[in-house]
Formats: sequence, structure tokens, C-alpha cells
Amino acid sequence: MVIKMANSKTSEKKNNHLKYYFNYLLVGVFFLIFFILDMTMGLRTSTTQLLTKIAYSIILATSLNMIVGFLGELSLGHAGFMCVGAYIGCFCANFLHTVIPSPLIVLIIAMMIGGLVAALFGFLIGLPTLRLKGDYLAIATLAFGEIVRTIFKNLSAFGGAQGLPTKRYDKSLYIIAFLIVFITLFVIQNLKRSKHGRAIEAIRDNEIAARAMGINITYYKLIVFIIAAGFAGIAGVIYGHLVTPVANTFFSFNYSIEILVMVVLGGMGSITGSIIASTLLTFINVQLTTQLSGDMAALKYLIYALILIAMVLWNNAPALSNVREKVSLHHLLAWFNGKFSSKKPEKDSQTAVENAVYLKEEADWKKIPTKIPMDSILSTDIKPDRTTEADKPEKSSKQ
Amino acid sequence: MSNYLLETKNLSISFGGLKAAQDVNLKIQKNELYGLIGPNGAGKTTVFNMLTGVYRPTSGEFFLDGENLTGKSAIEINRRGIARTFQNIRLFSNMSVIDNVHVGLSNQSKCSIFASVFRFPSYYKTEKDLRERARALLDVFGLDEERRTVASNLPYGKQRKLEIARALATHPKLLLLDEPAAGMNPQETAELMENIRFIRDHFDMTVLLIEHDMSLVGGICDELTVLNFGTTLAQGSVSDVLHNPEVIRAYLGDE
Amino acid sequence: MSTLINGLCLGGIFALIALGYTMVYGIAKMLNFAHGDIIMIGAYAIITTLSLSGNTIAAIIAAIIICTVLGILTERLAYRPLRGASPLAVLITAIGVSYLLQSIAQLIYGAQSIPVSIGSFGAVSVFGLSIPISSLITLALCVIIMTALTLFITKTKVGIAMLAVSEDRAAAQLMGVNVNMIITLTFAIGSALAAFASTFYLMQIPSATPTLGSMPGIKAFTASVIGGIGSIPGAMIGGILLGIIEKFALSIPALAPYTTAIEFSLLIIILLVKPTGILGKKRREKV
Repeated sequence: MVIKMANSKTSEKKNNHLKYYFNYLLVGVFFLIFFILDMTMGLRTSTTQLLTKIAYSIILATSLNMIVGFLGELSLGHAGFMCVGAYIGCFCANFLHTVIPSPLIVLIIAMMIGGLVAALFGFLIGLPTLRLKGDYLAIATLAFGEIVRTIFKNLSAFGGAQGLPTKRYDKSLYIIAFLIVFITLFVIQNLKRSKHGRAIEAIRDNEIAARAMGINITYYKLIVFIIAAGFAGIAGVIYGHLVTPVANTFFSFNYSIEILVMVVLGGMGSITGSIIASTLLTFINVQLTTQLSGDMAALKYLIYALILIAMVLWNNAPALSNVREKVSLHHLLAWFNGKFSSKKPEKDSQTAVENAVYLKEEADWKKIPTKIPMDSILSTDIKPDRTTEADKPEKSSKQ
Repeated sequence: MSNYLLETKNLSISFGGLKAAQDVNLKIQKNELYGLIGPNGAGKTTVFNMLTGVYRPTSGEFFLDGENLTGKSAIEINRRGIARTFQNIRLFSNMSVIDNVHVGLSNQSKCSIFASVFRFPSYYKTEKDLRERARALLDVFGLDEERRTVASNLPYGKQRKLEIARALATHPKLLLLDEPAAGMNPQETAELMENIRFIRDHFDMTVLLIEHDMSLVGGICDELTVLNFGTTLAQGSVSDVLHNPEVIRAYLGDE
Repeated sequence: MSTLINGLCLGGIFALIALGYTMVYGIAKMLNFAHGDIIMIGAYAIITTLSLSGNTIAAIIAAIIICTVLGILTERLAYRPLRGASPLAVLITAIGVSYLLQSIAQLIYGAQSIPVSIGSFGAVSVFGLSIPISSLITLALCVIIMTALTLFITKTKVGIAMLAVSEDRAAAQLMGVNVNMIITLTFAIGSALAAFASTFYLMQIPSATPTLGSMPGIKAFTASVIGGIGSIPGAMIGGILLGIIEKFALSIPALAPYTTAIEFSLLIIILLVKPTGILGKKRREKV
């Protein structure tokens, strides 16, 4: 028994490491395949464009997942942050092109500026609105996204309704975009696997308890919004170097929802899921847009809608929790092990451990002296009252 | 200079016209196990909520180690040394057992977000340190074996213990336990009593607890305060209080 | 002055939509993102029946029936399975439903706007200003519906059950209230109101597109927040206020392009300064 447990421990550790590097591996292999293809036989422009789109979609989805999956709040304004980054970054790039000859350096500076300004917006919008929660925060972020878009649409310095003309980057943009994907993964995963990441998840799970643990809620919410907005802004700059002109209509509420669909399809809180889902959806999206014409384009949104509803129902409906349990990866693995391992699983180690503790409990129990045998008088009809007082703190904190 | 660890002076709160707690005066010495009892709706949890910054008292003050903490935020109060558990368990239910304790510990280490993201040596040092302390704490409550379990999958009694471990992790001077034995079977309750004593002795902790289980209250508390309808009904040593006719009447009704 | 009247006309429509929002939010405690799209479906229902039968009244009745059924269906199929799940999940599903309705409408009717004329009632001239009668009817209907709803909720047994569900769902259940039935009923009423909204929308703007409902929907939500969400008179006041603000902003050339931004900024400001809205007193009338 002891040996078996030790074994399982080391394998758990390995699993953890694997999980940690899995996302880099996933993106890395995907990128390398195309990179080698590009180097040896050259890729078509449409393919590299698709790759760039996939890259910025991954950046958008993982950064939105920080807000939705880790912090547990809904932001419907992610396209708004992207919009800020795209406009500001490309505006600077247009200027920088006159000063700096190297487009690469211009792009890098533009990404930094676009990201920083978007992060600043994340801070500015976060500072007041993070006092809101749930539905209200979602609506406030939606409103923010629309406000930003309307403003850029009407500023003639940014090209007005026609959009801001930008200088497109050459085919190798996808390489830089994928480098940014790695940086995004690095920052978000490392943040998640630190005490700060745990604090953020604690806020998601139970804000009142997190506060009672001395976790500074506002600080962490702001941090999440700033980082997520910053990466969305960088994604916007990449977009601006792929598509010209940068037009406000792209960053509508619909696009925020599209990013949300990626997060929800991949599973809220799962970075791997976000990567796979955003790759798939971007691919399908591009295919659909080229294949479907006119009103059939609505099929795309029909699919999005069905994905949203089906995924949320599947993951959250209380009635389905049993079915979910049965088909969960964990359960399937156990079933697989049971089916194919030669040894019959002996008595579950868990219960054995529990039994041991139980025995110890009994022993300890006998040792405890009771000073006054009061149970006889007083322990009668006084039952813990969980329902009435339970919600009081919550209500007060909302006011 | 008072030598009490926690001292409340006429702590009162009212919601609208309802006086949920009125002139509550507690004097708790260091290393004491202090019980707060009373019938349902007597205002016990309300007192806890005031002491932890969930509610702001309408009037009155309270001091921890001579420091006035009245009206401070929940976060601030926790950092000054009051930690609590909740009557309705409030674990971070989707996180592992050890991560729950990690969250409690997180204020005791300095490691900036920047250092965490870029994996400075201080990150590894902090993480190792946190892990060791978390496991040591879990060990006290016999939860180390299950440290990777998701908190909501723990059996009820262990969830309550985990909540205590998590509260202790914030390194408080005063630990508030809100009905720690609620929903436990006698064996679990007995073990919990042992745990509480152990905490008091080995962590040099002062504990204020709300409890309905009289065997637990009688078994471990040094002093008691009985609340009824928001006011103090009786105060003093356990045997005095529990034999006070008023207290018995409050609990069992007029006969 | 004419701006004010135009604002009132638009405000009446916002108010009608906001009433539906506020009902559902107050009782079911969820933001029914698809409410605006039910209005859109109602508009298409009117167009279709009108082209088939030529009878306006029949068209309106058909719209009411279709919207009500649709409201009940979405509640049963999409929202009820999530009762007890996190608000985040419910909100995302509502967004999904909204998109579903929009894309279905586009697949059936196309993205092009379809013109429709359901007969306006002409206009009356007061102090030299011409006021469309349909706007007067909209406003009058708003007041009637508001009064009727208030009476329904405070005086009838079902209404009181609704109040109870709004206060404390679990307790209401324990008191023998059929919570599921009440919530379904709420959706039914809210959706029927949406059908009225589509009628008056088409009277003012006589054409329909699949995205017809989304902007007015979000703006009506803004209106109900401004008025104090959950409050029936609040929805009315908020709606009319927002309509007037929109028309005034549009009438000033410098502000006109920023109208949406102004309205949404107002929403954010209200949320921050007074999340309970204008009528959000401590003891506000909860639906």
C-alpha cells in the first residue's frame, strides 16, 4: 500500500509538470509544423494570414479567460480593449514609419504602446466598475466597448468611419504573433501558478471568504483587468498590421461575443481549452466566411449560439451533474485503467486511509475528559440554523 | 493599558429599527478559549460579523491587543490578527485543499506579481516555504493525505476542519470559530475539541467560538458569554453560566 | 419642443421594453439578454401575418401569441435547466439565445430590412405641433400596463406569489408557491409586453431587420437601470428619460454621433453613483 501511494505521488508530480508545459508544447508544435512548411516550400499568403488570425485569437481568448475563468466575472467589452490597442498602436506605427526604417522595430514599439494604452484603459475602466458584480459588471463592460468604438468612429484623426489606414506587415507577421502567444501563455500561466493566481481563484470561489483571509479584492481584480486588457490591446495591434484599414465595425459587441464563445467552448478556466477552441473556431470562421455568402453567413452565428447554449447547459445544469461525472476525463481514465490493467484494483486506498484515521479518532475520543456533563440538560432542541443567518453577510456587502 | 487580547466596549448594531446586538462587552484574555452561546437569532454571528469587518458597528468599539479596530475593513482586520470561520462553510470550493490553506498563508510572504511571473528566485523560495507551512498545518488536522482533493469533495466534517486550518494560516492572534461542530457526529466533535485545544496550546492561540453543542462548550471553554435577543444575558465561568437560571430559561423557555 | 415630443415617442417604446426587462430581472433575477430579440421576432411575426391576412389586429394578436410562446419556450429549454447554477452561466446562455434568435431570423428573412406598413393613426396637432397618435397610444398603453402590472402584483394571488419569489425563492417554495410556474408566467408576461413593443416599434420605424431588437434591448436595459431595476414605475420613467436624452443628443450636431456613447456613459455613471437607480429607495417596490 505504502509503495503504491508513493508511486502515485510521483506520477502526480509528473502529471503536473506535463500539464505545465503542455500548452507551450501544443502551440509550439502547431507553430513549428507551419514554420517548417513555410521555410521549405513557402506558405500561401492566405495561410499565413489564417495563422496570424489564429495567433491573435489565442491571445484574446486566453486573456479573456483570465477574467471569465479565473476571476469569475463576465466581460463583454474585450473587443473594446482590442479596439483601443489597434487604433492607438497603429496610429503610432503610422507615425513611427516616417522615423524608423525597420518595420519590425516599429511593430514592436507599436505593440508595446498599444498594449500599455489598452492596459491603462483596463485600469481606468476597472477602477470604478469593479465595484460592480455579475450582470452589472457585464453590462458596464459592454457599454464601455460600445463607447470606445463610437468615439474612435467619430475622431477624424483616426480616419473616422472609414477607419484608420495602416501599413500591412509582410508575411512573417505570423511568426511574431506566435511569439506573443508564447509570452501571453508565459505570463498568464506563471501568474496562475503563484500565490497571486491562487488569490484570484479564491476571489472567484468565495469573495467573502477571500476578504476574510485578507485578500485585497480590488487590487487583484484590477490586476486581472489590466493584464487582460493589455494583451487584448497587443492582439489589436497585430490585427492592425494584418488588416487595413482598422475599422471600428470590427470591434463591435459581436466580436466580444465571438471571443467569449472561444472561452466557453474551450472550458472556462482552461487555458488549453481556450487555445484549442480559438484555433478551431478561427479556422471554421474563415472557412465559413469564404464559403457562405449573403444571408447564409448567419449560420456562423447560429453555430456560435448553439455552442454557447449547449456548452453552458452541459457544464452547469445541476440536473446533468451525474452524467457529467460519468463521462468526465477522470472517470474515463479510471474506467480505462480498470478495463485494461491486469490487476484487479484492490480495496480503494482512500477508504483504507480513512479507516486508519477513524480508528485513531476513536482512541482520541476516549481520552477527552468532559468537565461538565451538560449534554443532558442543554443540547436538546438547539439545532444549528444554517439557512436564516447564512446569507446575511452577503447581503450587507452588496449594499 | 488593558491586558485583554480582545476587548469590546458596548458594541452595538441595529438594522433599521432592529437592534441585532446591543452593548456587547467581551473581555478575552490571551490564550483563553472563550465561548459565545445563545439561542437562535441572539446575535452571535452578528457579533462575529462586526469583529471581522463584515458589518460596521452602529456604536461601540473593539480593541485587539489595545489597538482600536472598529470600522476597519475586513481585509485590514484580518491583517491585524483576527481570523474566522463561517457558520455556512465558505471554502474556496473549486480549489484543492492545500491551495485553500495557501490562500490563507499568502499575506505572510512577500513576492511581487512581477517576481512571480518572471520566476525570480524569491518565487521558488516563497512557494517552497508556503508549501511546507501549508502541509504542516494540514498535518495538524489530519488533512495532509487529502491535500490534492478539491475542497468541495471533502466530507463535511473535514471541510469544517479545513476552514479552521485556513483561518489559522493567516497567522491570527485571535481565532473566531462560528459553530465549528455544526453537522459533525460525536466522534468528529470530539476530535475537533482535541484540535481546538491543540491549537490553543501549540499555536499560543486565543479562540472565541460560537457553539450550540453544549458538550463542546462545556468541555473546552474557559469562559462564556450568553446572548439573548442581542443583549448579554450572562457572563462568567462555564459552570456559573450554565447553572444560571436565566440562561436555562432562555434556552428551555419558561416553565 | 418637437425634440421633446419625439423623445417621448421613443421613450414610450423604451419604457415598454424596459417593463419586460424589469419584470424578468425582478422576479427571475436574471438579465434576459434575449428580450430585445423577442421583440424582433414579434416584428417579423407581424410582417408575416400581415402579408398573409392583411389584417393588422390579427397580426398583432399573432405576434403576442408567438412572443409569449417563444418566451415560455426559451425559459423552459434554456434557462430552467440552469436554475441554481451560477449567474454567469445563465447570462452566457441568455446571450446565446439572443444570437440564436437573430441568426434564425436572418436565415429565414435575410439581413435586408423588410419594409412594413401597419397603418399609422395619423397625427393630431396641438399648439401647432403635430404629434403622431401612435406615440400617444404608446404612452397611454405604457401607463395602463404599468398600472395594471402594479395592481396585478400587489392585489392578485399570483402577483403576490411573484413578489414572494422575487424576495426569497427558497422561502416561497417552502410556502407552497410553485416557483417554476411563477417564473414561466413572468417570462410569458414579459414576452407579451415585447409583442406590444414590436407593434409600436413598427409604427414608428416601419421596417424590420434581424438585429432590430438588440440595440433597443440594451438601451431599454439601460433605461430600467436608470429607473431602478425591479421597479415598474422606474422602468417607465427611465425609458422616457432615455428616449428624451437620445433625441436631444441627436438634435445637437456636435453630440449626434456620440449619442450611443452618451447613453452608455450615463449607464455606467448611474451604476457607479446610484446602482439602485432613480426609484431605488431602500423600500422600493420590487416586482
